[in-house]
Amino acid sequence: MFDAHSTTPAITIENLGKRYTIGHQRARNDGMRHAIEGAIRAPLAWLRSRRHNKLQREDFWALKDVSLQIKQGEVVGVIGRNGAGKSTLLKLLSRITVPTEGRIRIDGRVACLLEVGTGFHQELTGRENIFLNGAILGMTRAEIIRKFDEIVAFSEIEEFLDTPVKRYSSGMYVRLAFAVAAHLEPEILIIDEVLAVGDAAFQTKCLGKMGGFARSGRTVLFVSHSMEAIRSLCQRVVWLTEGRLHRDGEANEIVEAYFNSISNERSFPCTNPDYGLILQKVVLKNARGAESSQFCPGDDLVVEISYDAQKRIEKPIIALGVLGISGSCFASNMLLDGHRPDCLEGVGQISCTFRSIPLLPQSYTVYILIRAANVRDRIIDHQEVAYFSVVGDLAEYGYKGEFLAFARHSTPVVVPYEWRLPDGTTVAVALSRPSLDGGDDISPRVGDRP
Amino acid sequence: MTQMLIEAGRTERQYWRDLWRYRELFYFLAWRDLLVRYKQTVVGVGWSLIRPLLTMLVLTIVFGKLGKMPSGGRPYPLLVLCGMLPWQFFSTALSESGNSLVANSSLISKVYFPRVVVTVSSIITSFVDFLISAVFLAVLMIWYRYAPPAAVLFLPFFVLLVFGASLGVGLWIAALMVEYRDFRFIVPFVVQFGLYISPVGFQSSVVPGRFRLLYALNPMVGVIDGFRWCLLGTQSSGYWLGLAIAVIDVVVLVVSGIWYFRQTEQTFADVI
Repeated sequence: MFDAHSTTPAITIENLGKRYTIGHQRARNDGMRHAIEGAIRAPLAWLRSRRHNKLQREDFWALKDVSLQIKQGEVVGVIGRNGAGKSTLLKLLSRITVPTEGRIRIDGRVACLLEVGTGFHQELTGRENIFLNGAILGMTRAEIIRKFDEIVAFSEIEEFLDTPVKRYSSGMYVRLAFAVAAHLEPEILIIDEVLAVGDAAFQTKCLGKMGGFARSGRTVLFVSHSMEAIRSLCQRVVWLTEGRLHRDGEANEIVEAYFNSISNERSFPCTNPDYGLILQKVVLKNARGAESSQFCPGDDLVVEISYDAQKRIEKPIIALGVLGISGSCFASNMLLDGHRPDCLEGVGQISCTFRSIPLLPQSYTVYILIRAANVRDRIIDHQEVAYFSVVGDLAEYGYKGEFLAFARHSTPVVVPYEWRLPDGTTVAVALSRPSLDGGDDISPRVGDRP
Repeated sequence: MTQMLIEAGRTERQYWRDLWRYRELFYFLAWRDLLVRYKQTVVGVGWSLIRPLLTMLVLTIVFGKLGKMPSGGRPYPLLVLCGMLPWQFFSTALSESGNSLVANSSLISKVYFPRVVVTVSSIITSFVDFLISAVFLAVLMIWYRYAPPAAVLFLPFFVLLVFGASLGVGLWIAALMVEYRDFRFIVPFVVQFGLYISPVGFQSSVVPGRFRLLYALNPMVGVIDGFRWCLLGTQSSGYWLGLAIAVIDVVVLVVSGIWYFRQTEQTFADVI
């Protein structure tokens, strides 16, 4: 699957573990004054309390028994919930902190980007910060000088090069910071979530830069919450849970499994005590009214919300949306359509039916956002309140491509479309079920027409 | 190809090699601190001259005119400035290096580099001030038409000594500060106090003979005496013993400072 030098390991991790002692830090936080004062006032009690503290120390393994081998030229994504140990793994790999047990062997020059703009100084100009940041990331002066023009061009801030960065907009700041980092030339690149910043266009540019980096045969380890970025960059994904290696395998497979798992442990009821609103559950139903988590392309999808409004909520604005592994697919939004309920009060239900969902067989989650009448306040804002997968054989919908397996990674929403070929034939494609829809004239299936 | 082994227990085998790799960072961090220091000030670099000038005036008036301390026939301002030169370097290095790690905590928790670079850079920054004050002293000596004796050739040794003293104490305080922010309050106090227990505004010869040995335990006594000996040719009895003690002090401080720093360095990112 990978290129020629893929047999040599770039990173070898053996039984890696990192322990933090929580009680320890709490005891130290009191500062020395407390320690000295206590020791002087009541030496015995102080000693006893010290011993007591030691007993109370709580060991917390941020990472435990992780073994992993990453080959040269592999692009590996690391996923997991907050606190799963992703950041700890990166901190160990980048030598910011040391492991409690186990070992890591790294072959090649490493660059770590745990944050965009580390070491940027607000008072310094863009030009000065390029040099400073470059040096902090491990570039030599000669290297920075050599790449200076390239960095400036990439960051698109030529005119502001001699302005202190404190006057920059956050977008400019991020662009400059990423530009410096992007011009490191390591053999192994370790990146944490840096793409979570910047505008969409720049994010695309960054992804492109990283993709190019990966294609040039270098090794990349990439931590992100953005499954879209993970999927588009990585061939392999490592999934951490509670400090342990949970799964390791082909990117799409793991991402999908991850989606399944997070939606199974959704946190209900979601509540907002300030507004006295409790969402008891969100269920998905099919057109026949039966609860389901599997749908076929072209099915109707009913999202039903059961709520308990203990206080009266006037004119709430509700939005429901469907999120796929590559971002938002579609949504219903009262902010736009204006069909707001007069109020929510007591126990009740509200539902939204999405007609003949034009989705490819993939995994999806539902998010909900309820705003107060003043638009500004978000009463409920929850991702992943429900999960469903779309299943089905695309051949039934007239798909006859040789690469139907790619459907799992393609853009999920398919609006009905028509090809007009050079010989004049028109071909229509739509993801809708013939049994539910009227006939070919309403939503044509794939077929030849004169 | 570079190979690196990170292992529990004995991670930093390549520490000194890294230090060499990151040698340019010493310069860059010091450069940053110098650039930033006088941004948005009106007087700017002038502050590097005004501060020693004013301190010198005050000390000359208090000790020389009001206290009528012996000057051994030398202009009192020169005497004071020769003492202030190493003292001011030592005291600013102490405050700067003490804060260095905490002030750069965002760096420390996000990037790897030998942490000692930060602390040493802050001492280098203070050294630049030292050089500016040295130019000021040279100008003052020309003004007084005072030629230094041949002993001036030993000056680099004493500069090295004060650098060592600053480094040793700086490393200790920087590392301690990471865990005990109490040193944020201790350091200014020690610096203020030290100005009076070190022979900055007066000569160490005014200290009664029986306290001389005890007095010499303060490494700055040997250093300041050395500076005056090199630049003004002052001689004080018990001088060699005092110097020996100062050298031992400094060696112990530097070695133990590096040792303690290395001990705690690995957990800086966890504790800071």
